[in-house]
Amino acid sequence: MIEVRNVTKKYGDKLAVDNVSFKVEKGEILGFLGPNGAGKSTTMNMLTGYISSTSGQILIDDVDILEDPKKAKANIGYLPEIPPIYVDMTVDAYLNFIYDLKKCKLPRKSHLADVCNLCKISDVRKRIIKNLSKGYRQRVGLAQALINNPPVLILDEPTVGLDPTQIIEIRTLIKKLGKRHTVILSSHILPEIQAVCDRIIIINKGKLAADGKADEIAKNITNEHKMTVRIEGPTHTADDKRVIAEALKKISGVTYVRADMEREKGIYDFDIETDGKCDIRRDLNKLCTEKGWNILMLQLSDLTLEDIFLKITMNEGIKVESDSDTPEISLSIKDGELIASTGSAEEEKTETAEETESENAEDSENNGGEE
Amino acid sequence: MSAIYRREMGAFFTSGVAYVFLTVFYLISGIFFYNEVLLSGSTDVSPMFASMFIIILFLIPILTMKLLSEEKKNKTDQGLLTAPVSLWDIVLGKYFAALTLFIIAESIIFVYAIILSALGNVVWQTLLGNYFAMLFLGAAFIAVGLFISSLTENQMASAVASMVVLILIYLSEMLVADYANGGKIQNVLYTIVTKLGFYSRYIEFTNGVFSLPSIIFFISVAFLFNFFTVKGLEKRRWS
Repeated sequence: MIEVRNVTKKYGDKLAVDNVSFKVEKGEILGFLGPNGAGKSTTMNMLTGYISSTSGQILIDDVDILEDPKKAKANIGYLPEIPPIYVDMTVDAYLNFIYDLKKCKLPRKSHLADVCNLCKISDVRKRIIKNLSKGYRQRVGLAQALINNPPVLILDEPTVGLDPTQIIEIRTLIKKLGKRHTVILSSHILPEIQAVCDRIIIINKGKLAADGKADEIAKNITNEHKMTVRIEGPTHTADDKRVIAEALKKISGVTYVRADMEREKGIYDFDIETDGKCDIRRDLNKLCTEKGWNILMLQLSDLTLEDIFLKITMNEGIKVESDSDTPEISLSIKDGELIASTGSAEEEKTETAEETESENAEDSENNGGEE
Repeated sequence: MSAIYRREMGAFFTSGVAYVFLTVFYLISGIFFYNEVLLSGSTDVSPMFASMFIIILFLIPILTMKLLSEEKKNKTDQGLLTAPVSLWDIVLGKYFAALTLFIIAESIIFVYAIILSALGNVVWQTLLGNYFAMLFLGAAFIAVGLFISSLTENQMASAVASMVVLILIYLSEMLVADYANGGKIQNVLYTIVTKLGFYSRYIEFTNGVFSLPSIIFFISVAFLFNFFTVKGLEKRRWS
């Protein structure tokens, strides 16, 4: 339905989107994920023909958006980041204008009534858009995209400015729409993407960082990769923390150790990450026996989408074992470029880790980790 | 095109621009009509039309200032540019909306003609000649204003820039008036400016000459600037 081939967009010297390719099948709901300025909106603007790509090709239902823009655009309903609504019109007048603009052939009254019902704006149809709240404006924007039942819907952060109940409504609506339309949806709200989308594309610094199903992206990153251990040292002081962390670092295969907060008195948790190639649990056990430490807890961390997102976007890099059982997932993660070049990688990792921590609300009492 | 045209016409009236424009136009043309036609005891409307040139310079930017600049500022251009319509549809829809309002304003002339016909014999040839001259002059100026509106996001900047450009067009002929008998370069400059002069072409009509080349000149300018506007919008997508 949508095919993006090696699309690049440059603003002067600034590379906004760098050689991005992907395909969206009919009836799929694709989530576009990325931090601010990653190129999400730029990509969407190119998909809808608002701006052109510097190079590459975009096909909407096999029609090139630049070669036959009218035909390609007729298949797209687009809700930009800021809904393109004329605030001095009434909702009804505006939707009628869009109906005419799209040269819609469907019966006017019933189609507009349907769209208004779907977006739950039937009760404000006579009001001037200027006087509507942000949530209603967003829904008018969505209604505008739905007019003429385009097979492709492109929604740029559709739930911004809505209250929680409305967000749930819009999500259900999008899921419902996904049955009849192909939907591309961008967001930086991870649970939203996880709840709604069949497939996720993570984009970072203009590059495609990951492409696959949410649970599969997470599943692909092996559990041995990251773990939390609670080790009891002999002295029950901060010295333990330092000594243990250093010893853990020396285990072969360990790439990163961070002493976490004091969970029990004098006993610390350690977050360990490995290169993913070997299982260090046995070595770890041996080390602790030798030193006379006690392992009180060992927990393999399942990476949440949030972890993956943060890792990818912070350029920390995850090495993913290609899993032969699930060949349909193409997962390509560009790792380590920044780390390799900066030299102060350790510091950066600490910062990243702390940020990860602050994301987790339940760890609010965290007193900050040190290595 | 018709959807954009109708929306733009609606917007002129809901935003109040149309009322301001029409009121000022009717007021000033009424004053000129009273002063230069009624008081002079003649039924020749040409002096009024000659004076209106200056007023049009100031009024047209009010019509055109927000046509494209506001779309850009409110990001509503995203809706238009991703709709299945061509850039020509968008530009011409807006252009003809502004032109329609200008024609509504200008058609007050016929009310004046009725008043005149009660007092004496109206010379319809000169009246209609002047009417169409002003219409095509407006058509050219609106295209210029629309083009300038497409260059900025700021309505005021658009209005002021349009006024400055239109005033320059008006003054350009006076600036080079002395060059007619000057050196070679001055002579060339004089020829170019007078050939492109809007004012002298327009004044010709008020002197009773219906010059077809001038009409074609105004239409060409209108087409050219609409073309520039379309190309400008297109270029923005590629930048």
